[in-house]
Amino acid sequence: MVELKIRQPVPGEEIPDPAAIPALVPGAMAHSRPYLASPEHQEAIGFPGELVDDWKERAIGKLGELVANSRALRVYLDTCVKCGACTDKCHYFLGTGDPKNMPVARQDLLRKVYRRYFTFAGKYFPWLVGAEDLTEEVLDEWYSYFHQCSQCRRCSVYCPYGIDTAEVSMAAREIMDSVGKGQKYCNEIIGKVMKFGNNLGLQEKAHRATLEDLEEDIEDETGVAVRLPLDEKGADILLVTPSADFFAEPHIDGLIGYAKVFHHVGASWTISSYASEAANFGMFIGSQDNMRELMLRIRKAAEDLGVKRIIFGECGHAWRAAYNFLDTLAGPFDFLDRRYPVPQHICEYTYDLIQKGALNFDKSLNDDIRLTFHDSCNVSRASRMGDKPGGQYEIPRAILRAVCNHFYDMPADTIREATFCCGGGGGLLTDDLLELRIKGAQPRMRAMQQVAQDHGVTHIAAICAICKTQFAKVMPEYGFEMDDVVSVHQMVSNAILLDGQNTGGEEDDEDGEDGAERAVSGG
Amino acid sequence: MAAYQMNGTTVEHDEEGYILELNAWSEELAKVIAEDEKIEMTDEHWEVVNFLRDYYEEYQIAPAVRVLIKQIKKSMGKEKGNNKYLYALFPYGPAKQACKIAGLPKPTGCV
Repeated sequence: MVELKIRQPVPGEEIPDPAAIPALVPGAMAHSRPYLASPEHQEAIGFPGELVDDWKERAIGKLGELVANSRALRVYLDTCVKCGACTDKCHYFLGTGDPKNMPVARQDLLRKVYRRYFTFAGKYFPWLVGAEDLTEEVLDEWYSYFHQCSQCRRCSVYCPYGIDTAEVSMAAREIMDSVGKGQKYCNEIIGKVMKFGNNLGLQEKAHRATLEDLEEDIEDETGVAVRLPLDEKGADILLVTPSADFFAEPHIDGLIGYAKVFHHVGASWTISSYASEAANFGMFIGSQDNMRELMLRIRKAAEDLGVKRIIFGECGHAWRAAYNFLDTLAGPFDFLDRRYPVPQHICEYTYDLIQKGALNFDKSLNDDIRLTFHDSCNVSRASRMGDKPGGQYEIPRAILRAVCNHFYDMPADTIREATFCCGGGGGLLTDDLLELRIKGAQPRMRAMQQVAQDHGVTHIAAICAICKTQFAKVMPEYGFEMDDVVSVHQMVSNAILLDGQNTGGEEDDEDGEDGAERAVSGG
Repeated sequence: MAAYQMNGTTVEHDEEGYILELNAWSEELAKVIAEDEKIEMTDEHWEVVNFLRDYYEEYQIAPAVRVLIKQIKKSMGKEKGNNKYLYALFPYGPAKQACKIAGLPKPTGCV
């Protein structure tokens, strides 16, 4: 699909600007829509099984309820002046050229209906204010285009009014769910968490077997018995991580990294089989009830296991949900040790240990990797890490610099608060939206091609399960390999020297001597 | 509901081709699904499919990709025990495509 494979800088090869405005192609993505949730998936999480007969009245009623309950949403719907600042900020617009993917145009699909039924001018002079009736066509357009927003909020950064466009998309999805027009991917998954504790449907026996298998692997590789405890009562730390960390590549290598860090400092920790999911798809569909249900599982696990702290693994929107809402929706967490943040991010934990000099690394073990870092949208623009503004940008980079000699950032207008979404966030990481995912990844991939050309970058590190899966899937379309994406804690895992760890050995042919020397000083 | 056709019988599947009734699976059906996926089943494909089915029977879920790779390494040799080889066998991804052919539910989540 995409031009060239750039592994080495190609002299004279010009890579298009990631933010270049495309030619407009009206209707280019009008056909894109995810599979509908089945009645079974809908009903399991409290929504009508299929489109209800009086959907129109109920949708308008729901919209009214949402704006009555959320002053913020009402302001977002009222204040847009169509200044156009957001038009070229969305990766789906940049990748598809479909003008309805300009954030202002996408939001207007909801806004025009809001105007029609909830504003004076829209009720009496709809033609003057761009107000429109809610019709079946409008509802279908909602379904199509509100599933072309990954709720990444890049457009919001540039909005002079600070309109949170993600909230508008969430509201639209919530209205659709409430009339029986839900999305299969998100709603099936939420139901699975309610039933099994995680998105995957991983049950305790399989969970335990997977963790034991990893323990074996780590011991084979390092000679050190690193544990991945499950349901251990009385542990200090409950690790809540995306279940992809128990299943997919490179996620699982990140999980190994967390385990090694905990092991090295002698931390007492556990995973829970009851709350074995950090992800919270309730947020993607704007459903506070479902979001809260999922969070209460974490609370219950923490209480039952008697832990003192909760640490979240590498998951972008989980961190957004937890950072912003865990305490308000499922708190108070007064039974935890309040000397620690509730919740804490695994990157904050590892970073603190690095600051204290508690971890030993041989950075040269990552010398085959020239790395860049992808700021995940939900971490970058909806949360924070550490105790300083911008910690969510600095802390992961500080970790990577501590474990890797070759680190290069992508162009400034594509990282940190201006980061481009991976193209698969917000409940869109599903095969039925693959075309959208590939096109939406274009800005991020062009930025990566740029650092590949300029600095010979070979890999991209991420701290989000969705980003990792999305990159593994779409990178081959952009000239990279599927395994050119790594977990941040995979880089930590590669470089960490555990006490008593095997070093040198027959596999370490190049710098075995160097490695052994460092290991001695580390041990 | 769409269905696979096989020797005069039909087996229903969802929008993405995963069969609805796991008991309806047979080797014959696997060949039909594989054909639909444009995959020609070799001994190596069967090895993966059979391992997935055994694992599922024990654990009610597909194994982690890493566990699958380890198994392949054990049975087919070190040079084949990697993700790339699995993708060569199942271009759409070993987890999803191989599960579909093995008659197992689709792995869900951020995977």
